Amino acid sequence: MHIVVCVKQVPNTTQVRIDPETHTLVRDGVESVMNPFDENALEMALQLKEKHPGTQVTALTMGPPQAEAVLKEAVGRGADQVMLLCDQAFAGSDTWATSYALSRAISQMAPPPDLVLFGKQAIDGDTAQVGPGVADWLNLPCITYAYGIEIDGGMATVQRSFEDGYETLEVALPCALTVVKEANVPRMASLRGKMAARKLTIEPTTAAAIGADPDKIGLAASPTRVMKIFSPPPKTGGVMWQGEEPAAMARKLVEALRERQLI
Amino acid sequence: MAELNYGLSELAQEIRSMMREFAQTRVKPVRAELDENGQFPTEILREMGKMDLMGLYIPVEYGGTFEGDSLPNLIAVEELSRVCIGVSVSYAATGLGADPILIGGNDDQKKKYLPPLASGEKLAAYALTEPNAGSDVSGMRTTAVKKGDTYILNGTKQWITNGGEADIYTVFAVTDKARGARGVSAFIVEKGTPGFSFGKKENKLGIRASATRELIFEDCAVPAENLIGREGTGFIWAMKTFDVSRPGIAAQAVGLAQGALDEAVTYAKVREQFGRPIIANQGLSWMLADMATQVEAARALTYAVVRTIDSGAKDYSKFSAMCKVYASDVAMQVTTDAVQVLGGYGYMKEYPVEKMMRDAKILQIYEGTNQIQRDIIGLALNKEYAAAAR
Ligand SMILES: Cc1cc2nc3c(=O)[nH]c(=O)nc-3n(C[C@H](O)[C@H](O)[C@H](O)COP(=O)(O)OP(=O)(O)OC[C@H]3O[C@@H](n4cnc5c(N)ncnc54)[C@H](O)[C@@H]3O)c2cc1C
Repeated sequence: MHIVVCVKQVPNTTQVRIDPETHTLVRDGVESVMNPFDENALEMALQLKEKHPGTQVTALTMGPPQAEAVLKEAVGRGADQVMLLCDQAFAGSDTWATSYALSRAISQMAPPPDLVLFGKQAIDGDTAQVGPGVADWLNLPCITYAYGIEIDGGMATVQRSFEDGYETLEVALPCALTVVKEANVPRMASLRGKMAARKLTIEPTTAAAIGADPDKIGLAASPTRVMKIFSPPPKTGGVMWQGEEPAAMARKLVEALRERQLI
Repeated sequence: MAELNYGLSELAQEIRSMMREFAQTRVKPVRAELDENGQFPTEILREMGKMDLMGLYIPVEYGGTFEGDSLPNLIAVEELSRVCIGVSVSYAATGLGADPILIGGNDDQKKKYLPPLASGEKLAAYALTEPNAGSDVSGMRTTAVKKGDTYILNGTKQWITNGGEADIYTVFAVTDKARGARGVSAFIVEKGTPGFSFGKKENKLGIRASATRELIFEDCAVPAENLIGREGTGFIWAMKTFDVSRPGIAAQAVGLAQGALDEAVTYAKVREQFGRPIIANQGLSWMLADMATQVEAARALTYAVVRTIDSGAKDYSKFSAMCKVYASDVAMQVTTDAVQVLGGYGYMKEYPVEKMMRDAKILQIYEGTNQIQRDIIGLALNKEYAAAAR
């Protein structure tokens, strides 16, 4: 089996600061890490590799030269191959252009992947668009919010989780998945993995090398226009009951919900 | 934070940062629960195995990563101990069980028993102590009698760390009673060997995550090829093991004391009484100063001893004893002082320092009590100065 995991380098903070003038993310002085949900996707791939010997895991990222750090981290944890899409022509790509570029890279890979994994979203942009976008370019079935997977023959049984429930789907391979945090606890890199990663030189792959149409990548090809970015005001109000017997507080809660005709 | 330059290799630094992160993310969140329930850290050790952290003392040809520098392993023990020595002793005791094989075993024994320890698939244990043989090993009653191509073991070992959890046991038994210390032999005994069972698991003051258990041998037939070295060499392997393992106890002590110091200073900066942080009182900050100085001195001594051993020195029993006795006394003192710095809060289970103080005590007892360490140092001095006078 060949599994491709798309990983993104993001600033290590859930409190992304926004420059009030340029409306862009302030990245200065913030350490870069692998997007946390991508860690779950990589872990899912590595667990599948343990269960299905002979599986190859490829980590793929698009970004500036320093984004190779996330690929080295992936190798440290057990990824077999990496690809760094890095070219001035990609600069400024939005989710649409990024999805196109990643899909071009994946379609060049041999053997073609049986599974393409993504984190459910990146913590810097929070769009959750790139996974489904790539799947669409590649014409692959896509299951979002996956937390479990079993593979048997050419079929995968996938568990999805939502805010209000769970769902189990069966899908034919190849397919794409976006993975949620509940899927697993990501492993840390091993000593031998770190040593191998340190020795690795990663040659950047250019737009030309993946046959990307210059009109579909970069800032000019990106349809997204950011009108405004702002920090939403914190939620206020609400009712809080404290300090009473749990049964008494539960009764008050039920009454309040009834009053508002919510139950 | 400012650091002394110990000239750590790149590998040692890598191990330190890996183990530091591992201890913070994997061990710290569960240490209180493991302690409270006396629960063995199976998952934690398995994950360490996957990260190649269980074979730092095992040579490359037997599946580990050891290439002559003992500091990476020592520092791994230290960093793990900074968070929980109940966990770190379960790690270190596997090394203790493996050492007699590393030191006295033949190539077949090493090939068979060391790789699964290096990968973390299996754990080991070291079984010397008996009800009547504590500091004085000559009270040993467990016997091994040669019968065909086996040895028949009978007897009971007491307080064996990793007992029940380990798959590979180094067991010391009397093969020739008349010869005293020269009549003791060491055997590798696998869990599951008929006639080998486990007695009660102890309920302890500290290092409660670790398993301390009785081993019972009733006509247990061990293949003769599992004898380490020749008959009668067991006592030599036991003592040579201690010479290299005692710095490991010192590393536990340094890590534990560092962990307690971290807690104490952090607390002293935020706790306010009489309108200012308590660290602003000279009486308290001098206490912290002494704690920090002792921890660094213990670390420096321990690293120096390990470097001396690695350099191929012949006689280092005295130095191994020195770092064990000094660092463990420091750990007891510093953890006790840390509780004092936190006052009543330090006495409560909501804060980690009471556990650290309970845990520290074992370091002055196992792998030879601190009285026995001072005996070793005293005997060595007597001998060295007699030689010098001649
Ligand atoms: C939690 C735990 C884990 C252990 N794990 C292991 C293990 O994995 N493997 C193993 O083989 N053993 C293990 N032990 C045993 C440990 O090594 C012994 O407890 C230790 O060697 C001391 O023996 P003892 O307890 O019988 O004390 P004793 O020998 O009875 O000593 C009692 C006191 O007398 C003092 N004393 C004795 N002789 C002298 C002397 N000549 N001069 C001055 N003072 C003296 C001692 O220092 C001590 O203070 C473990 C013990 C504990 C508590």
